[in-house]
Amino acid sequence: MGKMSVDLCGITLDNPVIPASGTFGYGYEFAELYDINILGTFSFKGTTKEPRFGNPTPRIAECTAGMINAVGLQNPGVEKVISEELPKMRKVFSKKVMANVSGFSVPDYAYTCEKLDKCEEVGWLEVNVSCPNVHGGGMSFGTSPEAAAEVTKAVKAVTTKPVIIKLSPNVTDIVSIAKACEAAGADGISLINTLLGMRIDLKTKKPVIANKMGGFSGSAIFPVAVRMVYQVANAVNIPVVGMGGVSSAEDVIEMMLAGATAVEIGAQNLIDPFSSRDIINDLPRVMEKYKINSLSEIIGGAK
Amino acid sequence: MKQSLFSVKENRPLTKDVYLMRLEGDTSDITAPGQFVNIKLDGLYLRRPISVNDVEGNILTIIYKVVGKGTEQMCEMKEGAVLDILTGLGNGYDTSLSGDSVLLVGGGVGVPPLYMLAKKLLAENKKVGVILGFNTESEVFFEEEFKALGCDVAVTTVDGSRGVKGFVTNALGLFSDAAYFYTCGPEPMLKALYNATDISGQFSFEERMGCGFGACMGCSCKTLYGNKRICKDGPVLKKEEIIWEK
Repeated sequence: MGKMSVDLCGITLDNPVIPASGTFGYGYEFAELYDINILGTFSFKGTTKEPRFGNPTPRIAECTAGMINAVGLQNPGVEKVISEELPKMRKVFSKKVMANVSGFSVPDYAYTCEKLDKCEEVGWLEVNVSCPNVHGGGMSFGTSPEAAAEVTKAVKAVTTKPVIIKLSPNVTDIVSIAKACEAAGADGISLINTLLGMRIDLKTKKPVIANKMGGFSGSAIFPVAVRMVYQVANAVNIPVVGMGGVSSAEDVIEMMLAGATAVEIGAQNLIDPFSSRDIINDLPRVMEKYKINSLSEIIGGAK
Repeated sequence: MKQSLFSVKENRPLTKDVYLMRLEGDTSDITAPGQFVNIKLDGLYLRRPISVNDVEGNILTIIYKVVGKGTEQMCEMKEGAVLDILTGLGNGYDTSLSGDSVLLVGGGVGVPPLYMLAKKLLAENKKVGVILGFNTESEVFFEEEFKALGCDVAVTTVDGSRGVKGFVTNALGLFSDAAYFYTCGPEPMLKALYNATDISGQFSFEERMGCGFGACMGCSCKTLYGNKRICKDGPVLKKEEIIWEK
C-alpha cells in the first residue's frame, strides 16, 4: 500500500479522496478537465428506481461560505443509469465506483441496490437515507434508528457489495442511528449529508429556493461535519467516510484524524472543478509538513 | 471549459447600472456566440455567470448589470485587477440553422451576447436586423455598436421615450422579411416573442446556477426532448424544444 492509500470495506483506494454524489455527475464533465483515475473513487449522482426531474427551479442559493441546493435527486432512473450512464462512465474511469442510491420506500431502496449490486463497475453502494430535498422519503429514513436499520437490512439482504449508509446531520442523536445501521449489517457509514437551510430574498421578500428550503453545504459546515464524524467513528467499529465542507488537503487530514477512513469532497467541486485533483496533489506536501508517513495510520488519531 | 486568470483592461458604465468590462486572458475555449463565463469573486461562494459580449484575440468583453453583491464588487474593479474565470461554458447559438435574413431580439442585459452573434452572422454574409428592447431611453445601450457593424437596428422602449413604444414584439413588423431569429432576454419577453412570430429561432435562457458546467443539476429544465441543463445543454434552446412552465 502506498503512503496515501486506505482500505475502504476491503477495497484499496489509492488515496482517500472521493468526490461526493451530486457534485460530480457521472464523472465525464470532469474527465474533460483532468484524468479522473487519479481519484480514490467517486460517488455518482444519486440514483432512484424511477426517473426523476427533481424540484422546480431556482434550486440553488448563495450563502456565506457555502450554498443551498434543492435539486431533489434528478436522475434518469436505475435502468437508464445502468444501460446509458455507466458505460459512458466506464470510458473515463477504470476504478471501482461508488453507487449512490435513494428511495421513497424500503422496497425502492432494495430494488435499486440489487440492480446496481450486479454491475461490475460498482465497488460500494452508498445508501442515502438523508436527502433533505424530497418528501415522503430520503431523509425520513435517516432520522430514526429503526427506519435506518430497516433500510440497511433490506439492502443487505439483496446485495453482496459493501453497503455504506449515508446519514443526515439533521437529527438529535446521530450516534444512535449509526449504531442501528451497524447492528443491521452496514459495512460503513458516510456523513454528513447537507444541513437543512433556507435563504430569503430581500427584494422579493420570498424564499430564494422554489422549494423554500434546501441542503446547506460548503466550507461553512466543516466543523459540524468533523464533530459528527468524530462522534460516530468513536461509537462504531465499521469504517466511516467523512464529508461536509472539505475544501483542502488540510481538511482531508483533519477529517481523517476525526475518524474518517476516506473523505468525500462535495460543493468544492462545483466552485472549483479542479479541486479534487488539486487536493490529491497537495496531500504529500501537507503530510510532510505535519510529519505524517502514512494516511492510514492517522485515522481516528484525535482522541 | 478552461479555468484561467484574466486581467481587467477596462471597466466602464454604459448606463446607470450596466457596465462593460474588457478582460485580457486565454479566450481559446470560447467557441460560439451565446456562451458564458463563470467568474470567481472574493468572499462569494458561487461563481457569477455572465454572457460573453465579444472576443477579439485574447480580449474578452462582458457586459453586466449591477444587481447584487457579485456585480457590485465587479463594478468597483480597476484596470489590472485579476479574476479567476471559467470560460467556454454553454452551447451558444448555432448560426448554421438560419437562412440569409436573420433577426436578433435582445431585451435589457439580454442584448450583450447578440453582439458577437451579429458579427458572426454578418461574416457569413447574412442580412442582420436587430430589435433592442429597454424600459426607457436612459437604459438604452449598444444601439450604435450594432449600427456600426452594419445591422439594421430598431429600439423599443416600454414608455416610448425612445424608438418604438412598447415591447420588442411591437417592432417585429419592421423586419417581416426575416426568416429566422435569435433572442436573449427576460423570460416574459422570450415567451411573448415565441407566441408573436411563426418563424423559427433560438432562445437563450437564464437560471440560477450552481457550478455552470453541468455537474450539479441546479439549473435543469424540461424540454420536449428530455431534461436539459441550462448551463451545459443550454443556455440556448431551439424554439421547437421549449416547454413553458413558469
